[in-house]
Amino acid sequence: MTEVAVVGFAQSPVGVRDDATTGGVEMLVPIFADVFRATGLTKADIGFWCSGSSDYLAGRAFSFVQAVDAIGAVPPIMESHVEMDGAWALYEAWVKIACGEAEIALAYGFGKSSGAELRRVLALQLDPYLAAPLWPDSVSVAALQARLGIEAGLWTEKDMAEVAARCRAAAVSNPQAQVSGDVSIEDLLGRRYVADPLRAHDCAPVGDGASVVILASGQRARELCDRPAWITGFGHRIESGSLGARDLLALPTLTPLSPAGDAAVDVAELHAPFTHQEILLRRALGLGGEVDVNPSGGALCANPMFAAGLARIGCAAQAIMSGRASRSLGHATSGPALQQNLVCVLEGR
Amino acid sequence: MKAAVLGVGQTRHRSKRTDVSIAGLCREAADRALADAGLTFADIDAVVVGKAPDLFEGVMMPELYLADALGAVGKPLLRVHTAGSVGGATGIVTANLVQAGVHRRVLAVAFEKQSESNAMWALSIAPPFSIQVVAGAGGYFAPHIRAYIRRSGAPSHIGAMVAVKDRRNGARNPYAHLQQPDVTLESVQASPMLWDPVRYDETCPSSDGACAVIIGDEEAAAAAPGPVAWIRATAMRTEPTMFSGKDPVNPRAGLAAAAALWRHAGITSPIDEIDVAEIYVPFSWYEPMWLENLGFAAPGEGWRLTEAGETEIGGRLPVNPSGGVLSSNPIGASGLLRFAEAALQVMGKAGAHQVPGARTALGHAYGGGSQYFSMWVVSSDPGP
Repeated sequence: MTEVAVVGFAQSPVGVRDDATTGGVEMLVPIFADVFRATGLTKADIGFWCSGSSDYLAGRAFSFVQAVDAIGAVPPIMESHVEMDGAWALYEAWVKIACGEAEIALAYGFGKSSGAELRRVLALQLDPYLAAPLWPDSVSVAALQARLGIEAGLWTEKDMAEVAARCRAAAVSNPQAQVSGDVSIEDLLGRRYVADPLRAHDCAPVGDGASVVILASGQRARELCDRPAWITGFGHRIESGSLGARDLLALPTLTPLSPAGDAAVDVAELHAPFTHQEILLRRALGLGGEVDVNPSGGALCANPMFAAGLARIGCAAQAIMSGRASRSLGHATSGPALQQNLVCVLEGR
Repeated sequence: MKAAVLGVGQTRHRSKRTDVSIAGLCREAADRALADAGLTFADIDAVVVGKAPDLFEGVMMPELYLADALGAVGKPLLRVHTAGSVGGATGIVTANLVQAGVHRRVLAVAFEKQSESNAMWALSIAPPFSIQVVAGAGGYFAPHIRAYIRRSGAPSHIGAMVAVKDRRNGARNPYAHLQQPDVTLESVQASPMLWDPVRYDETCPSSDGACAVIIGDEEAAAAAPGPVAWIRATAMRTEPTMFSGKDPVNPRAGLAAAAALWRHAGITSPIDEIDVAEIYVPFSWYEPMWLENLGFAAPGEGWRLTEAGETEIGGRLPVNPSGGVLSSNPIGASGLLRFAEAALQVMGKAGAHQVPGARTALGHAYGGGSQYFSMWVVSSDPGP
């Protein structure tokens, strides 16, 4: 198969962005400029564009159509869109290059998560006849998963608080993060529950943002980047949509997507919007204590919906491009309680 | 790597399929496609789901809930959304997964269950800083049609002629929503005016329906029990909704997509080399407009093909022998239905609406403000 590498990545600052509309344009234009400046490319060099976003998050039909205005698509472009996190847009772009229809492709994701009450909006992802009418919100669903794990002895509330403290400390060096700082475990555990057993630090903050990743094939990648992040594995799987029909504490289909044995990674960026999900993902992906997990602070410090998964792959690629890591892994998730997962494995050469 | 359509399935499209859930509707199409290809869900490596805005059903990312019904649990599932062209884009993304060598057999499912919600409402909300569509799709497109008529000098009965042809064709297709074998030019012209010059009988219905297509590689095609449709070329192009110099009558994105499509397919004279075309015509006048945009006729001349009866079954270029979007419009599925009906024609399995001897066919879809275009050419011959 065609060799493909990440050659560029940019993300917007994440927070409640009063300056940005739900169409994403205001958040996308600056980061397109960033990634073009870094790679020396222009929009005319991009053979295929693919975006990820959600109409429901935007509260309108065809929100991604407005986002095309951030590109300046005159003359017309080859372009597509997934109603998923931008990580899956990147997957579609990778396929487009692999089948020889483009040499350079750009994937982007955007989301204005603060436009409404996010946890209620996400309840509409559940079975529309049997589950959604009960409005089980996304935080409560995650809390059920966390509680199951505690009762199964897989983690404790203290383990979860330690994940939050580590991510917030790491995010101090990430200027795009929404939350960061040094916090004590005791202090975190003294706070009240948001949805028992989840406290505020266990849940990703609600924030608006966008991210963009550029892919290039073989020789083009080498020309554009001193140290491209070559994609050596790229796959995704979906679990049952019925919460009662799957084991919420195991992701057996994810394990084969992880690099095995001596090909282990140095850095992993995991899209875990809840602290216990980072622990669950580490187990499913077989990541040992030597792996640097979420050096960016991860989704617990910045989780713009439909952009955060793509940003995980971008951060994992940045670790390669900067020379900090030899092999890295980016993970993205979608749906309630880690229903859908994507893994991209990258390496420097 | 070459890719081919191995099997096709669709639902009986109706205004309200209250007998099935969303999952049941999609499963009806998927089961028929699997049966058509002689396969089971175990043979499918990945699933691609396409549909138009989630507000049309009031379910956010329904593919998450549909994973079980579509046999996707434990497999990769992608969800495509490119406005009205989404059915076509779904077919192309599915084909790409096979052409890239990622998968051997992939199931594409596109649907809309419009009776779950209200598409008119979904299109008419007023987002800040954006132009409101207000009157649904018909109100948006009618001025473009008037511009076409003024520019081309087409006589006023052309739209009604398209409606009569497509509705009569639809009566030959047991899956079509509208069954109107007795429709006449007079009856269409007597129907109420909705958005001048578009009358009620020149407008697509609002349908519940789904379409499924299975695409496989050469080995899978060789193992297929029946004829397959080889995908000879695909093309997608996008332009903004509005920009200085935009021509909604003959959009640049459509011209660019068609040029790329014909080039990849090795076609130099589309009118001579395409045997049958399934073109996305939601309002009657879009037949002559897209005939020109696709290069089947020179600008301003498309209506002459329609008027001469050349787009009827038996004409020089039969257009929408299935009855097209004017006979069934489950929006998210409509593009994939065009692609699937093109495949059925070259497989020789189109039944009562088969174009005799069809070997090479076009499937076409468009969406947004005439700004998203997706199309493919399929053939009974695998090509070079």
